[in-house]
Amino acid sequence: MSDLLPQLIQQLFNGVSLGAIYALIAIGYTMVYGIIGMINFAHGEVYMIGAYAGLVTLAAVGAQSGLPVAVLIALMLLVAVFVTGVYGFVIEQVAYKPLRNGPRLVALISAIGMSIFLQNWVALGQGARDMAVPALLPGALQFGTEGGFEIFVPYARVLIIVVTVVLMIALTLYIRHSRMGRASRACSQDMHMAGLLGIDVNRVISFTFILGAVLAAVGGVLIALAVGKLNPFIGFVVGIKAFTAAVLGGIGSIPGAMLGGVLLGVAETLAAAYLSSEYKDIVAFGLLVLILLFRPTGLLGKPEVEKV
Amino acid sequence: MSTAPAASASGAGWRQNLGHALMATVLTAIVVTPIFGLHLERAGVRTHIVPQWHMVGWACLIVFVVQLLHPWIFGRATRRLPRLALPSLSARQNTVLLTLVLLVAVTWPFLAGRNAVDIATLAMIYVMLGLGLNVVVGFAGLLDLGFVGFYAVGAYTYALLFHWAGWSFWEALPLAGAASALFGFVLGFPVLRLRGDYLAIVTLGFGEIIRLLLVNLTSFTGGPDGISSIPKPSVFGLEMARSPSVEGGTTFHQFFGLEFNSLHMVIFLYLMALLLAVITLWISNRLIRMPIGRAWEALREDEIACRSLGLNPMSIKLSAFTLGAMFAGFGGAFFAARQGIVNPESFTFIESALILAIVVLGGMGSQVGVILAAILLTVLPEFAREFAEYRMLVFGLVMIVMMVWRPQGLLPMKRHHVEVT
Repeated sequence: MSDLLPQLIQQLFNGVSLGAIYALIAIGYTMVYGIIGMINFAHGEVYMIGAYAGLVTLAAVGAQSGLPVAVLIALMLLVAVFVTGVYGFVIEQVAYKPLRNGPRLVALISAIGMSIFLQNWVALGQGARDMAVPALLPGALQFGTEGGFEIFVPYARVLIIVVTVVLMIALTLYIRHSRMGRASRACSQDMHMAGLLGIDVNRVISFTFILGAVLAAVGGVLIALAVGKLNPFIGFVVGIKAFTAAVLGGIGSIPGAMLGGVLLGVAETLAAAYLSSEYKDIVAFGLLVLILLFRPTGLLGKPEVEKV
Repeated sequence: MSTAPAASASGAGWRQNLGHALMATVLTAIVVTPIFGLHLERAGVRTHIVPQWHMVGWACLIVFVVQLLHPWIFGRATRRLPRLALPSLSARQNTVLLTLVLLVAVTWPFLAGRNAVDIATLAMIYVMLGLGLNVVVGFAGLLDLGFVGFYAVGAYTYALLFHWAGWSFWEALPLAGAASALFGFVLGFPVLRLRGDYLAIVTLGFGEIIRLLLVNLTSFTGGPDGISSIPKPSVFGLEMARSPSVEGGTTFHQFFGLEFNSLHMVIFLYLMALLLAVITLWISNRLIRMPIGRAWEALREDEIACRSLGLNPMSIKLSAFTLGAMFAGFGGAFFAARQGIVNPESFTFIESALILAIVVLGGMGSQVGVILAAILLTVLPEFAREFAEYRMLVFGLVMIVMMVWRPQGLLPMKRHHVEVT
């Protein structure tokens, strides 16, 4: 009994820090879906590219350069955010913009093509093997209990949660109060009408893609620091899980994506801990199938009526 | 404004164009630099950077030139683009042509080398898979990203029946098709009411779940190692081996009084794959002209209109989904027999994407297009082995370019119509 509680707390902590990453990526899916109604299948790859951009920065500056760790991490984040922002913009311009008014499936196939392309693009440029990421934040907070069971709270994971919470608050405020935020909310309600009222729809869509990419990049850099390795194919499964999180929370809803991400992270971690770690992916995919079957609008989403 | 001289208008066009080109070049530099420009080298535990600025330079130069000449290149090219289409032939010419193609397809392996026949067998498997997926994606308009799951079910049905019960290929083949069809039916039943893109993601989830189960049910499926030494099919009960595996059995070469030659097996496998592909083609070709085929197309075009005309979308979609799965199952069983080994590695999402790329490239719904695309996408990588690592990169690019430039595919589908005289 004395062991069960700390263990549960430990798992919950791991789950929340994993879920924070899913939430960061899920926002990209949910905002893009909310505005142009397409699944940006290549979004997981943007996350992976963010992680690579961070690692390249770190290697260029040098992990042993003597700069304070905080400066190093801030540099990695800045460069990654800049590079993936450009990626988000370019991906939309090249692969989705020409298809905007076409059937949904055409854009989805193009997005799948983009996803495969980006995976192999990075595999060609940086090699397909695992890359080690130096541990900038080694160590962990430890909360001991008398029973001998300890709770480990690695600094890298604390950083994930802190950064995510700060970004979520900033994003919510930005969407609620800024001019661009208002414009993007208007577009997600009715893009055509927003266009008629003088909102530059193209700019809003580009902004959405850039914002989604930027958040995914932050997730990529942070998880690379926590896990310590990356390869060009990490984006695929994480992308699908983040999409699951977006659907779980209700696609199109930003608070829904945050909630969905955390719920999925916790569910997956608990399944790995108490069932079997081999089945954690099955749990995530199974959850995806179940939500889409029984509640396609998700927890916080609004039902969508198909119009003729 | 309307009186502005033409020269200054074109000058403004140039300036705008130059601006676009410069912008594109800067973006290219940012996109290419972290992936190709600064190459990460691993040396022991440390990672350091090897700059490759020439790559960034080339990429920028190419993008700049292409963007600068963009209106001239693409403006003209798209206008003069040859619209590929099959020449329309009379029914008689069609039969003659078909017979000729089949004759060539049947006879050429006897004259060709072992390697070529082997690749052709693989191409035929993809023709079959492409035609199967074409029923689902092309005819019925259901984007199925988990097609490879049904392929896996077919392959593992034969492998497991052989492993646990000692069934032969011919006994297992119908069951492999049936098992895949059953999977398609059972999985399709709840999900087919979902809208297009959700359906795609759910089928992707199913495909991944099937693969993960195959990996994790180690005691039953052999886990990541899979099942090996699966026997090849026999020829009407005659074994194709140097010596019979059972005492007193007769092998193929003994029966026909031939010298043993392992090439026989290769040719036989090719002919079988060809037969399976032709059967798939024939069935799907008949189906699309039947009421059910018409219903698939009608549903693809407008589901609400279909419903108001009294068609049951559910059963129509389910029939397409189940049939597609069945073809994948047959293909899977044959694949298992040809490889002699199955493992979950052969059934990843990339395989699904490859089959989808075949259908997309050929033209969704166009059977001739799908066949040509399947052959093209399996044979080309064999010719360009030094470019093997670019293979998937090119597939991804093909999917984007096709969607942007020609979503109807290289050889667009032609509607079958009946003329009333």
